[in-house]
Amino acid sequence: MVPLSWYLILSAGLFSIGLFGVLTRRNAVAILLGVELMLNSVNVNLAAFWRYGDVTQMAGQVFAIIVFAVAAAEVAVGLALVISVYRKRNTVIADDIDLMKW
Amino acid sequence: MTVDLILFLILALVSVSTALGMLLSRNTVYSALFLVLNFVTVAVFYLLLGAPFIAMAQVTVYAGAIMVLFLFVIMLLGTEVLPASNILPWQKPLAGGLAAVLAVEAIYLLLVRARSVAQVTSPDVAINSMDNLREMGKVLFSTYLLPFEVTSILLLVAMVGAIVLTKKEKA
Repeated sequence: MVPLSWYLILSAGLFSIGLFGVLTRRNAVAILLGVELMLNSVNVNLAAFWRYGDVTQMAGQVFAIIVFAVAAAEVAVGLALVISVYRKRNTVIADDIDLMKW
Repeated sequence: MTVDLILFLILALVSVSTALGMLLSRNTVYSALFLVLNFVTVAVFYLLLGAPFIAMAQVTVYAGAIMVLFLFVIMLLGTEVLPASNILPWQKPLAGGLAAVLAVEAIYLLLVRARSVAQVTSPDVAINSMDNLREMGKVLFSTYLLPFEVTSILLLVAMVGAIVLTKKEKA
């Protein structure tokens, strides 16, 4: 059996890669892709803790399913925002969407 | 035993390299396709952990529905490749430093401080995934009924929000 810490290290690595993507990409759609990667790595953690803890307690898997639903909702609203911004300002570059910047 | 380990290492290599490919490819369509591959490998991780339902949900919801939506929007807007810019030259090193600090910190804590946690768990009991699935269905509609319903309201709100945001405004 694979040690629990390996799963946790893998998910920490994926989370960090996603974080780097969110912080550096300029395309708003690519920023959302990074957020998806971060949510996904959290799900790996949840499933791993479920398996290595008490298997009869289903909280880990149920939580993972709720994270799926939240990710779907986030993507729908996020992409709708991107389309709406593109229609108004004709850009998806996050640097250029600075109407509310002081 | 060792088969698990070898499988885990190969999958970990594939998932980390596809995540890096997502990060480094300049074309957003390639980024999205790399992320699809990453989601599929994570689904195999779920199978390895004995959670077939969330593995299948991962493939259908993430790799299927969400990524198709992403590709649709990327191709609809036609902004796959953006011109390079140097508005914030310090952004990339700073973000790399922050992400590296986070990764190193988490891995350090897991390797050094939490060694006992890694060894205390040895779930050698094989789990029956069918019983497991049945149990999850029961729990989802009894103990976790309220979160389940709240999730459905969240999805409804997101649907209405997406429609309202993309609707053409009357000029």
